[in-house]
Amino acid sequence: MKSMKTKKRILITIAHLFLAVLAVIWVFPIFWVIMTSFRAGKGSYSTEFIPDELTLGNYVKLFTDTGVFDFPRMFMNTFIIAAATCILATFFLISIAYTMSRMRFKMRKPYLNIALILGMFPGFMSMIAVYYILKGMGLTDGGLKLIALILVYSGGANLLSFYVAKGFFDTIPKGIDEAAYIDGATKWDVFTRITLPLSKPILVYTLLTSFIAPWTDFIFAKVIVGSDAKYYTVSVGLFQMLAKENIYQWYTCFAAGAVCVSIPIAILFIYVQRFYADGLSGAVKG
Amino acid sequence: MRARAKKKGNQARIKEFPDSVSVREAIRKGNATVRLSCLVMGAGNLRYGQYVKGILFLAAEVVYILFMSLFGAGALAGLTTLGIQTTQEVFNETKQIYEYVQGDNSMLFLLYGVAVIFITIGFFIIWRTNVKSAYAQQKRKEQGKPVLTLREDLKSLLDNRLNVTLLFFPTLCVVMFTILPLVFMICMAFTNYDRNHQPPGQLFDWVGLVNFEKILDTGSGLGYAFWHILGWTFIWAVAATFLNYILGMILAMVINWKETRLKSFWRFIFVLSIAVPQFVSLLIMRTMLQEQGAINVLLQNLGLISDALPFWTDATWARVTIIIVNLWIGIPFTILQVTGILQNIPAELYESAKIDGAGPVTIFFKITLPYMLFVTAPYLITQFIGNINNFNVIYLLTEGGPAAMDYYNGTGGKTDLLVTWLYKLTIDFKDYNYGAVIGILTFVICAVLALATYRRTGSYKNEEGFQ
Repeated sequence: MKSMKTKKRILITIAHLFLAVLAVIWVFPIFWVIMTSFRAGKGSYSTEFIPDELTLGNYVKLFTDTGVFDFPRMFMNTFIIAAATCILATFFLISIAYTMSRMRFKMRKPYLNIALILGMFPGFMSMIAVYYILKGMGLTDGGLKLIALILVYSGGANLLSFYVAKGFFDTIPKGIDEAAYIDGATKWDVFTRITLPLSKPILVYTLLTSFIAPWTDFIFAKVIVGSDAKYYTVSVGLFQMLAKENIYQWYTCFAAGAVCVSIPIAILFIYVQRFYADGLSGAVKG
Repeated sequence: MRARAKKKGNQARIKEFPDSVSVREAIRKGNATVRLSCLVMGAGNLRYGQYVKGILFLAAEVVYILFMSLFGAGALAGLTTLGIQTTQEVFNETKQIYEYVQGDNSMLFLLYGVAVIFITIGFFIIWRTNVKSAYAQQKRKEQGKPVLTLREDLKSLLDNRLNVTLLFFPTLCVVMFTILPLVFMICMAFTNYDRNHQPPGQLFDWVGLVNFEKILDTGSGLGYAFWHILGWTFIWAVAATFLNYILGMILAMVINWKETRLKSFWRFIFVLSIAVPQFVSLLIMRTMLQEQGAINVLLQNLGLISDALPFWTDATWARVTIIIVNLWIGIPFTILQVTGILQNIPAELYESAKIDGAGPVTIFFKITLPYMLFVTAPYLITQFIGNINNFNVIYLLTEGGPAAMDYYNGTGGKTDLLVTWLYKLTIDFKDYNYGAVIGILTFVICAVLALATYRRTGSYKNEEGFQ
């Protein structure tokens, strides 16, 4: 009995050590960005991990030196795009996923198969075509570029990833729906009053992933925004900072910008941690 | 044989949905009004008193005919020729100077032609709805049921036909921003739209399967590059998908283990790396792993190595490094994905297994793993496809390098995936036709793999299995 206990204790220690080592590896690059963002010296190469001289200058420069890179504006652009995208995309995705999970109609199987097939085309293949279509709709001039990006991010290929949400809806017992139908509920009632309240985890997951997409994507943004610095998103702007002609002057500012971009997303993640913690035991607890 | 099986399938489907009618049935059994609505859309609805619906159908028809006669027909004709007039100098008699006359733009001809085809398909769907709707009204009348008022009709959109309501806008978006551009690009694979045929100014034309032959031919420079890049794409996709899934699941289970303390702290640490936008973390990793980067400096200071490790400059090193860096990116996503489902496993299953005397290993293999595979099979497949198409990781870390001059004049590099090569070919080198062919071939590979495995998974065959 006692040896069982010590064995278990050793196992617990190993598990924690394992987690600790991995945690260090995971946090290290993040730590390094933060340190770089406070570094006084310029350029991308540095021989020390904790810089000799710490400064807030990079942040000040990032937010005040708006001549070449207008970071506050890029930030607002991206924020507007991301906010609109996550609402629109979640609405779209949840609609598709719920329909596919819960309703039975003639076009269902073909629809599922088509979605699966479309998802297998490389997303970049049609990028040029998407650009010309948006141009044809007149959405590539001035501020309309932001709308074009919202449409692409929320209505594009990401919609075909509804399978994740569908998988979640599939795990909600159908008995609940049927009980509601017997009580005279319409399908819309069941969807909005029964399924959705039970689906917070997947809603949050979808909201998050679609909110993050505009912050991370830079290829589409680059193609649609082009060289119009007024409508740069954060990612295009930060990427430009690493261009050969800017990297020496702007590398530490890039790190500062990266930290600033990560903060809203990190706050969101901390907020939704509880959804992923023990609370996410499916829709209905057994 | 096949046709018969298909027909049987259709019949089974129709039987499954007794309320629906097929267009063929509507035309065969419908009365004169139903047949009239084949020509004059909305006639059926108007006769049976559904005025708003009838007028809408009629309006759709008028608009479509106007559109086609003013613009559509010309665009369709242009699609066959892709333009005949090149840009040229023409002598202007009145001004007594040479002027450039804008020629046809093959690219726009192609795009408009494809768009008109899509609009026509859309119109055809409206037409079908119109015929079916007319027949449905006739049937209701024969059965002595009152004709649905507009209000009841709209109400059914929130009940029996909720699927139509929920799917309408998402589908419209998918058609506009995914399917239409895709068809447009697929068409390019059959043209000679390369760097020597750039509209406006030059025309391109249909060439059939020539591009496919060139790329699949191992003897040509293009073919050589294609097969080598394809090989690496596969190695990458398998390694990236399965390492991420297995290691991520193990990590998630260690965190979920009831003896583990500070669960949310560990989870937070790993999720933190998602919080950093991918392109930032990837660019950081790239600078860290450079010859003078942080990692090399650290190892040299510790005296572990004397020369810098060639993380990005040696082909094999670069490939391995990419896979490892991708673990850093991918594992947190697996944890997020898997944690919820792990906790979703019904507790009864575990309890009854314990009562039957199963140990933790048996429980893992008999309950956890099958359940996980059942629920996450689609996720795994999407991941695999996603990795074949994983542009970000490769492009941001190495831009495909180290360069390989033997890959079609250096258009590709040693770590290029098919997608990054596609990107370079189209954006940097303007070889749209080859880019499109590579896109199609990538698709074929993904499609064959995925459909084969996906149809085998439990979650496709038996969707209601765990419900």
